[in-house]
Amino acid sequence: MSLISTLARLEAVDTGRAQPAATVRHRHLSERPLVFVPLITAGEAGAPLGALVGTDRDAPRLLVVPQPRDRELRFAFLADLADVVLPYVDGFADAVEAAERSETDPETGKRVKVEVELCADAPQLIVPSRAGVDLVRLLGRSMRFRRTAEQDPETPFPAPPRVPLLGRWLTHFGERARVPGSCLLLAMTDVLGRHWATGQSTLEDQHLGALLAWIDPPEGRSGAEAAQEAELARDDDGQLVCPPAGPATDPAFDNKLLAPAIERYDRARTALAAAEDGVEADDRLGALTAAEREIHALVESRTRPTWDAVWRGLDLLRELPEGARVEERWTRDRWSFTSHRDRVAAGEPPQPRRDDAVTAANKLAAREREQARLEAQEALDDPLVMAARRLSGEAFAGEVVDVVMAYSESKRPSPRPLVTVRTDDRPHLGERVKAYRSLGGKPQTAEFVEFAAGPEDGLLVLRIMDKMGRGKEPKPGSVPEKGDRLCFTLFEHEPRGGAKLPDPEETPWTHGGPPGEEPAPEPADPVTEEDVL
Amino acid sequence: MTAPVEETVFDPGSAAARATDAILHDTLHGAARGVVVDSPPGAGKSTLVVRAALELAEAGRPLMVVAQTNAQVDDLVLRLAEKNPDLPVGRLHSSDSDPYDKALDGLDQVRTSAKAADLAGLPVVLSTAAKWAHVKNVEPWRHAIVDEAYQMRSDALLAVAGLFERALFVGDPGQLDPFSIVGAEQWAGLSYDPSGSAVTTLLAHNPDLPQHRLPVSWRLPASAAPLVSDAFYPFTPFRSGTDHGDRALTLAVPSDGSSPDRVIDEAAESGWGLLELPARHTPRTDPEAVGAVARVVRRLLDRGGAAVSERSPDPTPLTADRVAVGTAHRDQAAAIRAALADLGVPDVTVDTANRLQGREYDVTVVLHPLSGRPDATAFHLETGRLCVLASRHRHACIVVCREGVTDLLDDYPSTEPVQLGTLVKFPDGWEANHAVLSHLAEHRVRWRP
Amino acid sequence: MPPPRTRGKGLRHRLAELRGPETQAKALDARALAALAANPGCRRRAILDGAGVNKAALASALGSPSVFGQSQFAFVRGNAFEAKVKADGGTELLRLAHEKLDRGAEPPAEARVPDLTAQGPEGRTGRTELALREAAAEPGVWTLLDHPMLALDVAGSPAFLEPDAVVVHPDGSWTVVEIKSFPMLDGAADPAKVGAAARQAAVYVLALERVAERLDPPPRVRHRVLLVCPKDFSNLPTASAVDVRKQRAVTARQLARLTRIEEIADTLPEGICFSPELPAEQLEQAVEAVPATYAPECLSACELAFHCRDRSRAAGAVTSLGRPVRAELGGLTTVGDVLAAARGEAGDPDDPAVAALRRAAALRAEALASAAEREVAGCR
Repeated sequence: MSLISTLARLEAVDTGRAQPAATVRHRHLSERPLVFVPLITAGEAGAPLGALVGTDRDAPRLLVVPQPRDRELRFAFLADLADVVLPYVDGFADAVEAAERSETDPETGKRVKVEVELCADAPQLIVPSRAGVDLVRLLGRSMRFRRTAEQDPETPFPAPPRVPLLGRWLTHFGERARVPGSCLLLAMTDVLGRHWATGQSTLEDQHLGALLAWIDPPEGRSGAEAAQEAELARDDDGQLVCPPAGPATDPAFDNKLLAPAIERYDRARTALAAAEDGVEADDRLGALTAAEREIHALVESRTRPTWDAVWRGLDLLRELPEGARVEERWTRDRWSFTSHRDRVAAGEPPQPRRDDAVTAANKLAAREREQARLEAQEALDDPLVMAARRLSGEAFAGEVVDVVMAYSESKRPSPRPLVTVRTDDRPHLGERVKAYRSLGGKPQTAEFVEFAAGPEDGLLVLRIMDKMGRGKEPKPGSVPEKGDRLCFTLFEHEPRGGAKLPDPEETPWTHGGPPGEEPAPEPADPVTEEDVL
Repeated sequence: MTAPVEETVFDPGSAAARATDAILHDTLHGAARGVVVDSPPGAGKSTLVVRAALELAEAGRPLMVVAQTNAQVDDLVLRLAEKNPDLPVGRLHSSDSDPYDKALDGLDQVRTSAKAADLAGLPVVLSTAAKWAHVKNVEPWRHAIVDEAYQMRSDALLAVAGLFERALFVGDPGQLDPFSIVGAEQWAGLSYDPSGSAVTTLLAHNPDLPQHRLPVSWRLPASAAPLVSDAFYPFTPFRSGTDHGDRALTLAVPSDGSSPDRVIDEAAESGWGLLELPARHTPRTDPEAVGAVARVVRRLLDRGGAAVSERSPDPTPLTADRVAVGTAHRDQAAAIRAALADLGVPDVTVDTANRLQGREYDVTVVLHPLSGRPDATAFHLETGRLCVLASRHRHACIVVCREGVTDLLDDYPSTEPVQLGTLVKFPDGWEANHAVLSHLAEHRVRWRP
Repeated sequence: MPPPRTRGKGLRHRLAELRGPETQAKALDARALAALAANPGCRRRAILDGAGVNKAALASALGSPSVFGQSQFAFVRGNAFEAKVKADGGTELLRLAHEKLDRGAEPPAEARVPDLTAQGPEGRTGRTELALREAAAEPGVWTLLDHPMLALDVAGSPAFLEPDAVVVHPDGSWTVVEIKSFPMLDGAADPAKVGAAARQAAVYVLALERVAERLDPPPRVRHRVLLVCPKDFSNLPTASAVDVRKQRAVTARQLARLTRIEEIADTLPEGICFSPELPAEQLEQAVEAVPATYAPECLSACELAFHCRDRSRAAGAVTSLGRPVRAELGGLTTVGDVLAAARGEAGDPDDPAVAALRRAAALRAEALASAAEREVAGCR
């Protein structure tokens, strides 16, 4: 943890209020995000209990599984979820703009520009916490291999076509969320934690209610008090006043409220099944409906506070101005969305259970590249982030005190002006270490030459290397002038692309060799005898 | 203690020669596509690589050599040129400015280029893994040598493995592992986990490849090899090439009784010294510890040290270029450099473990990674870091550390997550640290300012 | 070095006093092991667990109840899964042990499942040891011990441990089996949960090794344990071999260090007692008599964490914000000291921690001011 963020946390303790950890917003926020607040059943792998989902903060859609161990009910929940999520996702598929992409021409092997579609905007899913992101992945995994009746007429529990499709989309959102700086799927606690430093630990920041209490405490109360109450306060019934953001529920809720309600539901269902005539059935149906309503009310009572908290978090984040390079990163999200849209449209199979060697290596390379990009861009967009890089010796800011024109020693001398900068920062410089400054949004390279006096005096001589045009005289405005205040980084502003990896069919012997013939389609998860997960 | 009688006399020279012969035989005449060689610190890895390269070239097998950094590549080119000045060698380099050592330009038999095509047909072409990854659409090489293979990531091998038919993989399993700056947990347990080491992937897919190890460290003295071997190479032990008494470090100027002098004497005598400062929590650039390191270095040079070894019967003066200081962090290295400059010692190498990998000195002075820390972290406990720091010396290693590290280790939470299907990395940094500390405790001198 | 035997007896008595009269010692359960792993250096935790104090009851009596609870859904599901794994004489479990750990052996057909019921923990421990002896006497078959009981000497007192199962292989070696209800999804499982299971199993391995030492020849206790979990989204069992050598080494050392609780006990004033029956005020004093090293990781491991957190916060300890926070603060340990140093009100400017704090504070202030300026400019 940087000393700058440590200080911010201590200031938060001291003032009783979260302190800024950023001065701009480093994540894109959609104008119409889809908020998803799921709950699961304890002890079962991805057995949903219910969810609030939707784009209208005043009218969330409540989805409930009154008996989470009942396969039919679970499947009905997933189908209902698909009915909300897929239309939202599809709503971004059709509005496109023309864009260019480099592709390798299969005939000539050359890189050529091709005109392609790029979706003008992309969907954005927001869940309360990191555990919510994991659940999105898990739900995606549980659905994408489900078989429809059309695929397999024999399948015992055919899924409506939209369920495996939702599985593929949730998988895509979940995978994309692993890319640093991506915004297709966000956890509210992560985004808030990126922008504010609270007076508690990062572990405690995982509690959305406590985190919000620090950032925006109620009138007349300190963040510490409000956060502790959000964490621990219980009502007379022993229930948490601020229920956990899920997807796991509080055991006291499970044991005291939910279990008896589910038991009543089960009894009502058994009774209905045993009804002997229409009148009796009508009565018992009424009892079943009542029992079901009760569970609905319970689920809503545990999700609604979190739902409201997520929207409050969005309000707070929207007050921050968006960072200058956020839009550029969102464009990468739009590419990601567009290409998955195209894969689905082309009828490609769902994402495999496990990445092959080449796919895994490509993903890792892409994420490392995006991590470097994110770190550089956040620093360039935000003086507070840059301050931490300056403190660690990876950047320096100062005033230009001298500029001497000089030229390269080639046949056609190019300008290589020597710029002396006075700084109080202590960058890790060595001979010919490169430094970069942002010139009109593009990086200009300089090389460290020497300390004008001793290293303690903070007078650095730099040689400007590029972005000065082709002529003998530098382009106007391309060379720093005396009195300019500049910030140089020792890290590159744009990560370099790595080398292209072989195609999966050319996987070398060191990595298991090429995959076999036509890869078999991934089998569906077997359906077990018992009607439990 | 007396040596067990039944043990035959260990002749390091012939043991090493046997290992090298077996490696070269498998490489030149074996049927397997790959040969893996584990090389502990100072076991003659570079010598092996150069020799294998020359023999492959002589056998008329076009050879590519993959190393991890430009400095490593240049070093190998220079060694090859020295061993066989008639062998044409290609140095493939990046298109950055200053991509290779200027000394290469002075060698007629070395051709340098940023394009692989320009070097086609040369018997040996060398480059970094990163540069090789950009070479496409070429006829594969008959043979490759992959150097520092344990420091190479699996995905880097994936990018270059299509360029060669067979390969010799050489590296030191005890040094720092490769790492990734983003999480790679989702691939943990996969045989081709891209963030893992190249050797792990290679052996997972080709478990029957012949594996060798170089059994003798020519660098580490008899006082250091057993400790380093036990603590860091428990399953692939090695011996020192020299015996107690083969090497000696003498000091012309007698001790002035100060703690730096006393720890120098202890280290000169036994090969190890621990200069222990009183327990205290400090920031990384602990001024007292930094000052103590600088003092020790200053006194080492002032006292007219001389090293006698199997290399030369005449004492070699212990000059600044034969001494190095190792740290865990860059800011510590910078602080020690500044402190040394204040004491008028400008020429001693001061660097982090990462940068000291593969280097060798007569005496090293190490600021212990955990000295003064309020907490231990996985970074500071990493086995490879301590292994690098404790295995750079030919004569003696002096560790400067605050008291209390044993407690710090004992208080370290053991809540490590476990990924199914991954190989447990041995030795554990926690245990290796304990082993080294308890050994050092026998060579302790308390700091008196 | 182990304490002299006679002192061990004295310690046992002393620990009973600390626990309170008539109070049964709480076994070293999974939660106590988790707390040990999360914070091995905490003296308060060490003495309370060493004395077998019920920390959950203590925390409630102190007015900061622990938040650990188990949902009955998870409980029911866990039990049902374990029953399924062990059903039919452990056929499935032994099949998994054969497949994952010992493919060279004969497949288990006629397995022995000895009855281990006996009176009390001592009786059950004796019965388990007898069953292990019998299995050793007649090798060549698979034996499944369902819920055996093992004793491990922890700081002079026996701690009773109950693994889910122990398998005796035909070659006479022993394997610890852990049955968990978190899923293995496409061959992977939650690494934090697997880690906790591995640490738990490592303790069982240590306890089994004590039993093995008493046999001649001592059977081999395998250092790869069998972790059994539900497969994917089903309740069908699947398993994975987990290498617990590391966890075993660490736990062995930590347990050896538990003898230090004698030192801790010696520092306590006479008459101190942690019985939850006592009034809160008295308990508070008792607890305060042993220093704690609270860190946020305690919240998910130790029942007393909320009490310690309150104290740590009240004292202004920077560690309450997380262990990493301390890393660059050197000797400064409280929020007040750090802020005073950063603001230039206190601290030696030659101390690099103080100097770095001041540079950090200046850079932070400069950045916030420039952002404020930009905002003003933006309004125009």
